[in-house]
Amino acid sequence: MRQAAQRNDARRPVPARILLAGHEVLLLPAGAAYLPDERLLVVADLHLGKGLAYASGGQMLPPYDSLDTMRRLLVLVHHWQPERLVLLGDSIHRQRLMEASLAPVAAELEELARSVKLVWITGNHDPALSGLPGEVAGEIELPGALRLRHEPAEDGHPEIVGHLHPAARLPTRAGRQRRRCFVVAEPRLLLPAFGALTGALCVSDPAIAGLFPASRSRVYLMLGEGLAELPMTAVS
Amino acid sequence: MVSPADSPLPPLFANWFAGRGWSLRWHQAQLLTRASARRSALLIAPTGAGKTLAGFLPTLVELSGPERNEGLHTLYISPLKALAVDIARNLEEPVAEMGLPLRIEARTGDTPAARRQRQMRQPPQILLTTPEQVALMIANPEARKVFSGLRQIIVDELHALAPGKRGDLLALGLARLRLLAPQAIAFGLSATVAEPDNLRRWLVDQAGGPAMADLVEVPRSLAAPADLRLLETEERLPWAGHSARHAMAEIYSEIGRHRLTLVFVNTRMQAEFVFQALWGLNEENRRIALHHGSLDVGQRRKVEAAMAAGGLDAVVCTSTLDLGIDWGDVDLVINVGAPKGASRLLQRIGRANHRLDQPSKAYLVPSNRFEVLECHAAIEAARAGEQDAVTSREGALDVLAQHCLGMTVAEPVHPEALYREVTAAAPYAGLEREAFDRVIRFATDGGYALRAYDRFAKIRRDGEGRLRVANARIAQAYRMNVGTIVESTMLKVHLGSAKGGALRYGRLLGEIEEYFAEGLTAGDTFVFAGEVLRFEGIVEDRVVTTRAHGKDPMIPSYNGGKFPLSTHLAARVRSMLADPSAWAGLPEQVATWLALQQGKSALPGPEDLLVETFPRGGRYYLAAFPFEGRLAHQTLGMLLTRRLERASLQPLGFVANDYAIAIWMLRDPSIRIAAEPEFLGRLWDPDMLGDDLEDWLNESALMKRSFRACAVIAGLIERRFPGMEKKSRAVTMSTDLIFDVLRKHEPDHVLLKAARADAATGLMDLRRLSDLLMRIRGRIVHHDLAQVSPLSVPILLEIGKEPVYGEARDQAIADEAARLLDEMGEAFGTA
Repeated sequence: MRQAAQRNDARRPVPARILLAGHEVLLLPAGAAYLPDERLLVVADLHLGKGLAYASGGQMLPPYDSLDTMRRLLVLVHHWQPERLVLLGDSIHRQRLMEASLAPVAAELEELARSVKLVWITGNHDPALSGLPGEVAGEIELPGALRLRHEPAEDGHPEIVGHLHPAARLPTRAGRQRRRCFVVAEPRLLLPAFGALTGALCVSDPAIAGLFPASRSRVYLMLGEGLAELPMTAVS
Repeated sequence: MVSPADSPLPPLFANWFAGRGWSLRWHQAQLLTRASARRSALLIAPTGAGKTLAGFLPTLVELSGPERNEGLHTLYISPLKALAVDIARNLEEPVAEMGLPLRIEARTGDTPAARRQRQMRQPPQILLTTPEQVALMIANPEARKVFSGLRQIIVDELHALAPGKRGDLLALGLARLRLLAPQAIAFGLSATVAEPDNLRRWLVDQAGGPAMADLVEVPRSLAAPADLRLLETEERLPWAGHSARHAMAEIYSEIGRHRLTLVFVNTRMQAEFVFQALWGLNEENRRIALHHGSLDVGQRRKVEAAMAAGGLDAVVCTSTLDLGIDWGDVDLVINVGAPKGASRLLQRIGRANHRLDQPSKAYLVPSNRFEVLECHAAIEAARAGEQDAVTSREGALDVLAQHCLGMTVAEPVHPEALYREVTAAAPYAGLEREAFDRVIRFATDGGYALRAYDRFAKIRRDGEGRLRVANARIAQAYRMNVGTIVESTMLKVHLGSAKGGALRYGRLLGEIEEYFAEGLTAGDTFVFAGEVLRFEGIVEDRVVTTRAHGKDPMIPSYNGGKFPLSTHLAARVRSMLADPSAWAGLPEQVATWLALQQGKSALPGPEDLLVETFPRGGRYYLAAFPFEGRLAHQTLGMLLTRRLERASLQPLGFVANDYAIAIWMLRDPSIRIAAEPEFLGRLWDPDMLGDDLEDWLNESALMKRSFRACAVIAGLIERRFPGMEKKSRAVTMSTDLIFDVLRKHEPDHVLLKAARADAATGLMDLRRLSDLLMRIRGRIVHHDLAQVSPLSVPILLEIGKEPVYGEARDQAIADEAARLLDEMGEAFGTA
């Protein structure tokens, strides 16, 4: 754990290891989680087609966001060789523009579907997914009653969720720094957004703080190389 | 003076002048003559010379005649909306007294929408407004009609407007106005500047090659010499820092000796500090007020009103009071800190005795030893009548993109015609057709190599190949986002309470920059709105504070100031240092300090670069004294550090201020220099501005900052859009992400080009850096010392007070995390 913070090997990003509902979970510096016992990779909030959705409203964001997101995802899949890839909801930024959003990444999507079994969890941006390679589900459950779903639920089940796009701010000698992060408080893991153009919400926001008791929650800030683990009380 | 016989004044005006005991001044007569000859002109005159009246006289004279009284005759443009409103009020008086049947109106962002619409339907004869409003008006489909009879354009404070993006926008606006009203002439009003030709070109059409407006310059002999000197202080002069704490007693006693004193400082934080310190001494209950741009508007208006009514003894203020507005009976100006430029100093001195025939009185208060040298140089420059130059600039492409979209909102336009039009504006005179086309493509659909957004295009071509805005929503979004001012994100500061962990906010005090608030943790105290406040936390977008009674503030944020030392002053400081006979006028402590430096090391020559190396605390330092200003030095620091890294000297960090730069490292550079005589020359070789710069730039936070501004100005990101107010806190995040994606996938995109150009001129001062590197080639003087030199002490004292950039930020997070985890030890276990 410490070595992640001390960056003793700058070239090879070191994942952080946590335990969640009896599963070993690796938090990857790229912003995804890997469960070795299930050979399952999970990412949240790709927001494919966000640039396109903005362009349709007159703000011409670069049309490369979907491509960028998919390529980073492919790198992860090739590296970890998972059996299943769970996309934790809000994979498509605007469901109405789904076809146009996926068109520029058709080849990448095909390659992804060839490499791994895809599980698309529906989110609030894409509540009715269809026509995608793989399986579509509202949520899935792993042994130990661990649920993988888009939004956190207060039903007491262990869960891995997305939706909230967490980021944390930390006062340092370089001033207060803000980075995307994972948030963990057994039995809940909140993933950062994986999409290239996705904004973020500070963990001090009631939407996140309300789910994670400060005294026993931890955050893992995404640095360019590696993660920095911190108690929730140290960040805002 | 002009004799009555040659006076170009009609009797009505001559009588009015006579009734006030005034006579027509030379420059006023000059502008009347230019107007009758239909010639544009640049009027350069010191503050208090009656510039504004000179600008308006021809208009008033023309409108007093029988032939014309309807429609918009004169458009006056000022950088400050307060100034536009103020001048409208001031004009009412002569107009009423002479019984001229005129409608004079101001139009700013604060003017109600209904009145602005009426102003387009029934324009007044004289309209006073801002560059942003000009952009809005010319983008109106009614523009052709409204401006068809325009005869006179007056641009006030041109020296302040022209050198920035607002100047670019206005130059493009003027180009359009010249098309709509070919008969109109333009007057520019400017404070004294060196090299006025750049402003003269700015005022007139460049389509037929370089052309210049006439120059009307008030001869220097008409301006009274200022009583200008350093304020003598008892206490020891500090080595570094910007608080000027040592001079507070003297400033306070000067306030007691004058009717109304303006105390100018360079930053808001300094203003707060000085205000606090003066009240700490205020046993005589002097009426001392505070005025800076972050204070709540209501509070500022109160201070301004009290000042005008003679109800104050002193006002501590920042440059919010710099420009043009007349504030009554100021008889002393005190400038705390270094003025950074000769022109800025003159502008501020001009606040005292706003009349040409009385000497203005101004004292300078340097806050550290280097500033003593700088203030001294500024005084010499002011006495010699020397000014900083307003350099010409290449118009920004993001501004051009905004303007071009606006022109398609006004009416359909052929790209060829639009290209001819914009290249008639001086900043864009050199614009290549290819660059123009890229800007149009950008404004149309983002201009990406991957043509993904054709169907969402904001600009479409009609049957005749003319460009026209795609739909009403785009037009409305354009109108809502017009302008080039991208403010740093501000957070509102409230007094409030923090009871039982719940933060509540109450009275609004003003606004502070987000980055400052972000650096605070609960319990930190800082000064704001004249009080010491305790930071409790941030709720939504509001900073909640409580009063910290009787405590010294813990956060000493005295940044040196926004402006780097001007080239002109830098040269003066260098030549003063090199010439001990010039030290006679300096305070004794400073002269002794310089003499000591001469003995222990050397003084930098006027054209040389002094480089010192010395060990200290187990590390090795390299200090240099280029005097090229903070921005250029910071860039230099980044680049030199990379080179030292490659030379395996293991640099750890650097610090830069306006005068010097110091880098510290683990290995001794003097050994290397002794072994390889060319090493220093190679280290400072101008080729560092090539690949090294490019690599660094791409990673740099400066680029992200300028990209954000470009993205907003060019319309990639809308600050406001129909039906929704976008929070600028969200913008900060998303433009950084956009930058990363764009740089990775289309590094040649026109917006990255614009951001790079901005960063190069604005944030890094590359032109100065490259001038420096060329100047010192073969002129580096190296002194290998056993210990720190007297001249190096101030820069070393600034170590640790500098912002950290780039990758170092990630390292700072990692270090902080490691520190916290160590501190908590096993209590905070790992899973």
